[in-house]
Amino acid sequence: MAVIARDGYVDIVRDKVENFHGNQLVYVGWDDHLLFSAAQAFPLPPEMPYQALVSEVMASVFGDHPEFAQIDWSTVEWVLDGVSFAPDMEKSLKDNGVGHKSLIRFKTPGLTGINGTRL
Amino acid sequence: MPAKKLNLRKRYELLTRGMGWETTYQKMDDVFPYDSFEGIKITDWDKWEDPFRLTMDAYWKFQAEKEKKLYAVIDSFAQNNGQTNLSDASYLSAIKLFITGVTPIEYAAHRGFANLGRHFRGDGARVACQMQAIDELRHQQTQVHTISHYNKHFNGLHDPFYQFDRVWYLSVPKSFAEDAMTAGPFEFITSISFAFEYVLTNLLFVPFMSGAAYNGDMATVTFGFSAQSDESRHMTLGLEIIKFMLEQHEDNLPIVQRWMDKHFWRAYRLLALVAAMQDYMLTNSPMSWKEAWDVYFVENGGALFEDLSRYGLRMPKYHELATAEAEHVSHQVWSVFCSLGNATGFHTFLPTEEKMAWLSEKYPDTFDKYYRPRFEYWAKQKEEGTFEYQKGLPQLCQICQIPMIFTEVQTDPMQISYRVTEHGGDKYHFCSDGCKDIFEHEPEKYVQAWLPVHQIFQGNCGGPTLPEVLEWYKFAPEDSGDYIGSQDHARWQEWKGADKKVKEA
Repeated sequence: MAVIARDGYVDIVRDKVENFHGNQLVYVGWDDHLLFSAAQAFPLPPEMPYQALVSEVMASVFGDHPEFAQIDWSTVEWVLDGVSFAPDMEKSLKDNGVGHKSLIRFKTPGLTGINGTRL
Repeated sequence: MPAKKLNLRKRYELLTRGMGWETTYQKMDDVFPYDSFEGIKITDWDKWEDPFRLTMDAYWKFQAEKEKKLYAVIDSFAQNNGQTNLSDASYLSAIKLFITGVTPIEYAAHRGFANLGRHFRGDGARVACQMQAIDELRHQQTQVHTISHYNKHFNGLHDPFYQFDRVWYLSVPKSFAEDAMTAGPFEFITSISFAFEYVLTNLLFVPFMSGAAYNGDMATVTFGFSAQSDESRHMTLGLEIIKFMLEQHEDNLPIVQRWMDKHFWRAYRLLALVAAMQDYMLTNSPMSWKEAWDVYFVENGGALFEDLSRYGLRMPKYHELATAEAEHVSHQVWSVFCSLGNATGFHTFLPTEEKMAWLSEKYPDTFDKYYRPRFEYWAKQKEEGTFEYQKGLPQLCQICQIPMIFTEVQTDPMQISYRVTEHGGDKYHFCSDGCKDIFEHEPEKYVQAWLPVHQIFQGNCGGPTLPEVLEWYKFAPEDSGDYIGSQDHARWQEWKGADKKVKEA
């Protein structure tokens, strides 16, 4: 459907990737860890290695959770934009298929949140 | 011989219908260019009935009387240091959210109705909208005047209108109001007068005003009373406009239904802030959000839509989900405020033991199971001195602009509800099917959304660091953070300590 307007309609895409000064937006959510009430948003260079996303970007926020240090990264289940995927840690976000406004969700089997409460 | 006194109907006719005319040297469509493009078909504007038959002269008289009473109460409240009779100064967080989040909506509604008061072709509808425009301006003013007394004694009340246009959580009410204001006149009035004022306003005003009474805030109670008779007039206008549109032409039904579905969901999402206010920010809560939802939406709203079913209008889409969410939203919203409490213009505080006992009682199926653990965990961290505010910025919903905190309450309340769609090669994320549907119907409108988190990343909000952004919001360091240990708290302690000494003496 389209907007019904009297004099035509000019749409401005407020969040196009060009507006982020070389970065792209990436959202990361940790399933079963609702101490973080929502997925987190980050402006990141598309060339950033996936490893840096994990050990620098994600650690900078999720690192405050006591279980973050216990994560066995070889068992983590990743979902990129609704589809399971196995990221190559050495490759860039872009080469891993992470685009502008992609949502990455990760599950950490065995870690069930504070006292098993999924927090 | 003196002129005979006119009866009410005659007076009303002369002072409304008698004020308009059919234009001759300009086309009516050129004089009223905005009341047809939305597709609403009006065959006879004279069928418009104003149930109050209020004329401007009577309106001024009523309003002046109410003003006189209100300002007398405000004066005596100030002279008697009414602020010292509050239940607790932490209650003022609710007032801070109200003046920054709700009062500017009143002003937005004023602008919207002033526009309708010019652009509706029917004289009766135009006059009703003009009066409501003045009402809304009056509500905004009386709220500012009432609450300005607290600004003399407490932090965080200094710049509500500036903040409304900038602050991350205030983009929620702002985008709601502007969504309606940028629509055509019939959609605007369906949104504000019907979905918000008729169907949902009781959920805001009744608990908020009785909440004020429960917490010793007689100033707020008084402006509430002063606004109440206006609100009932607004509600009646809302119902009248819906019936009018549906009676005028059968083609109007699907348009009105879609607007109803959309603006119910928009208004309902906005009220998630009110839910948190009601259950957590009020020191003494007169009723829980869930109880208010059951009375004002499930019962009253249910009866309303049963009445409207003779026009073919059905309950708004996703109302079942809203009812299921009633056991969750207040806890979810207060959790996000507590975890980002270093970036709010009001103080946050964890629920006390007493409050948690009340929440367990009011939410027997959800509070202990899903929400108590996080508050207890944070309380323990605060005790140990290890509590940290969340360092990142949350993903926001493209439509309601609330952080994506809502969960799949019907299947798994600990799973965030993620929805996504694509438009023009870009992804757009939503908290719910309700918000996603709104986007998909008019994507060109919502790709323009000014999402605070994205604006920070684009460099439009004062700088990349939190202190820079907060400065740009005009939040002073003493406005944010924990209530315990704040200047507001210290002042309150000082007053209550002095009070105690006087009593002991």
